[in-house]
Amino acid sequence: MNFDFSDDQKMLREQARKYLDEKSSRKVVRGVLNDDAISFDKALWKGVAEQGWLGVSIPEEHGGLGLGRLELCVLAEEIGRAVAPIPFSSTLYFFTEALLTSGSSAQQAKLLPGVVAGGVIGAFAVSEGPGTPSPSSIEAQFDGSKLSGVKIPVTDGDIATHAVVLAREGQGLSLMLVDLNQAGVKRETLKTLDPTRGHAKLTFDKASAERIGKAGEGWDLAEAVLDRAAILIAFEQIGGSQSCLDMSVDYAKSRYAFSRQIGSYQAIKHKLADMYVGIELARSNAYYGAWALSTQSSQMPIAAAAARVAASDAYYFAAKENIQAHGGMGYTWEVDCHLFYRRAKLLAVQCGGPGVWKEKLVRRLELKNAA
Amino acid sequence: MDFNDSSEEAAFRAEARAWLEKTLGPPASRQTARSEGDGIPAAKAYQAKKAAAGYVGLTWRKEVGGRELPPIFQVIFSQEEQKFQAPVAPFGIGLGMCIPTVIAFHSPEKIKRYVGPALRGEEIWCQLFSEPSAGSDVAGLKTKAVRDGDDWVVNGQKVWTSGAHYCDYGILLVRTNPEKEKHKGLTMFVVNMKAPGVEVRPIHQMSGGSNFNEVYFTDVRISDSERLGEIGNGWNVALVTLMNERLAVGGSAGPEYGEILELARNTPSPSGKGSLLQDQAFREKLAGWYVSAEGYTLGKYRTMTALSKGQTPGPENSIGKLLNANRMQDLANGAIEAEDHFGIISDPDIAPLQGAFHNAYMWAPGLRIAGGTDEILRNIIAERVLGLPQDVRVDKGIACKDLPTGL
Repeated sequence: MNFDFSDDQKMLREQARKYLDEKSSRKVVRGVLNDDAISFDKALWKGVAEQGWLGVSIPEEHGGLGLGRLELCVLAEEIGRAVAPIPFSSTLYFFTEALLTSGSSAQQAKLLPGVVAGGVIGAFAVSEGPGTPSPSSIEAQFDGSKLSGVKIPVTDGDIATHAVVLAREGQGLSLMLVDLNQAGVKRETLKTLDPTRGHAKLTFDKASAERIGKAGEGWDLAEAVLDRAAILIAFEQIGGSQSCLDMSVDYAKSRYAFSRQIGSYQAIKHKLADMYVGIELARSNAYYGAWALSTQSSQMPIAAAAARVAASDAYYFAAKENIQAHGGMGYTWEVDCHLFYRRAKLLAVQCGGPGVWKEKLVRRLELKNAA
Repeated sequence: MDFNDSSEEAAFRAEARAWLEKTLGPPASRQTARSEGDGIPAAKAYQAKKAAAGYVGLTWRKEVGGRELPPIFQVIFSQEEQKFQAPVAPFGIGLGMCIPTVIAFHSPEKIKRYVGPALRGEEIWCQLFSEPSAGSDVAGLKTKAVRDGDDWVVNGQKVWTSGAHYCDYGILLVRTNPEKEKHKGLTMFVVNMKAPGVEVRPIHQMSGGSNFNEVYFTDVRISDSERLGEIGNGWNVALVTLMNERLAVGGSAGPEYGEILELARNTPSPSGKGSLLQDQAFREKLAGWYVSAEGYTLGKYRTMTALSKGQTPGPENSIGKLLNANRMQDLANGAIEAEDHFGIISDPDIAPLQGAFHNAYMWAPGLRIAGGTDEILRNIIAERVLGLPQDVRVDKGIACKDLPTGL
């Protein structure tokens, strides 16, 4: 039984934490929050590339470190903890995972070295409007060489160089690889709940595109990418939740009301204990997801759904109760609680909301139980 | 990351499983809850065989009859025992909490006297801490012991004592000095449950069953040689006992998501369309139960990992019972409501799972209180894990006898 990260992985976590404490300080996050003209911190993105983080999950033949998904989970938790304003998740959990699972060796060779270096920023585009996408709801069209349609919202779509896009091809759906820097792609930046990350509406008008993976298998391939991303995002959510709990604990020890530390009141204690319980529940489920992801286990679909459900619930609870624990101060722009409250919601809906994943979880359990 | 036993652990597990199969027959399926006292002779016979085969005291020192194995081996053996529904419940408190306290604080002669018979199941132990007016605030207990020559004379009442009616010995926390602050006037003793003046009365629980007792002490004499630790140091002795409780108390033992999923498959939905399993509101609840149950199981694997690395699990294990007791209640409630009017039927010949959902519904409120209430567990997490300050204490610096009790 070894249901924990290795000593090397824990050392990576320490290094990442130290690096992000300095380079992705709250001041850096607020730099992006307060400036409408930017949606990520370029220096930080360059820095994490130099640290080699963008290549942890990418094989050495494409310039990566070839470590594995467990290392990526470790980094994801720290990225989440720091609310880092960079397109890390879009590029690595979605775009790169799509390339690694479905891309041809030529497609991988063409783009992955750029991901490692930081020059290629990836996005993953499924949503076309309100509500949960389904195989019948996708309207973007691929005619064999050109892509047309609208994707909204696309996380990091305003700054990405490339996107993997789910589109209709003939009778079925396929995944498309699109270079976003071309005349057939129009980007409109969107205002969102979490301005520390970029979002865009992408309009494709006969844009050049090539298929990745087999024709007609797009939906299943997209689902597989979402499962992988769900596990990695769960670690970001846990990192963010833990930051909320840490903030709340610090505040509850230093803030006095009725001449006592507010942390001495059970109303606060029990709230914070519940945050802890939610985070630990999420952590245990996410570890299982990490194990399943790193071993290509047949349990991954169930593990991914459970990890995502637990982590989304934990982060929402921790983020909203962190504000509550801070009282009126917590509602101000200057106190950092809202950074997490915003990010919690982005991460909860970014690859399908909690309701969708609860449904996926139960559907998968039904199949497993019937088998 | 992996879920595999080390080769040494795997060998031990295989050996344990073979022995259990030989001793108890093939692995058993769920049984409905029964009063622990029913099968005492069978439990004692099993424990004797287990001791003879060397599967008791796995982690204890060799000189007290143990094998000095790392804690992971105890976890492995217990996991296998659970699959066979081994009748170990009557010994849980004695071997899990009382005897470790005896070993930590008693004299060498007494350790020799008590440990062997307890390991072999010849003598069963109980723990006598809670009182009618001292539950979560157990340090406020009132049962008193007064020195009389070489003896102490005990008067008072304990409550919620599991198994007192079949126990031979107990560890008893009493007040030896009411003039001191409440935590400082306590002393721990070993008490013979068959001694004159000890009267055990079963508690009629709201579930209808009787797993717990009241124990009355009237002029019960205990020799000073049965004292555990120093006079007035009983609170610290009790903390050692309770530290072991966290390792002992755990599993939910109620129906889980798989069982309610099957129930829902064959139950009509509230909308009248399809089965309950197709009902979206029910599915969301089911997802929550799965995440909680799996999170608990996987959390235990994290604890096992810490154990196998030689680390000691701390107060973070308090979350297990908090999660399980609440899930048990919520899931049982969900099952009963799912069946609509039919859900009220308890008759095991008619009710689903022979009434297991009803048993869980009626057991869960007790589980949320026993061994640390939900509220106390949250306090423990907040204070011991998160490091938040203690609540303001209005009993500091006041002699126990002068504390307000509301009585």
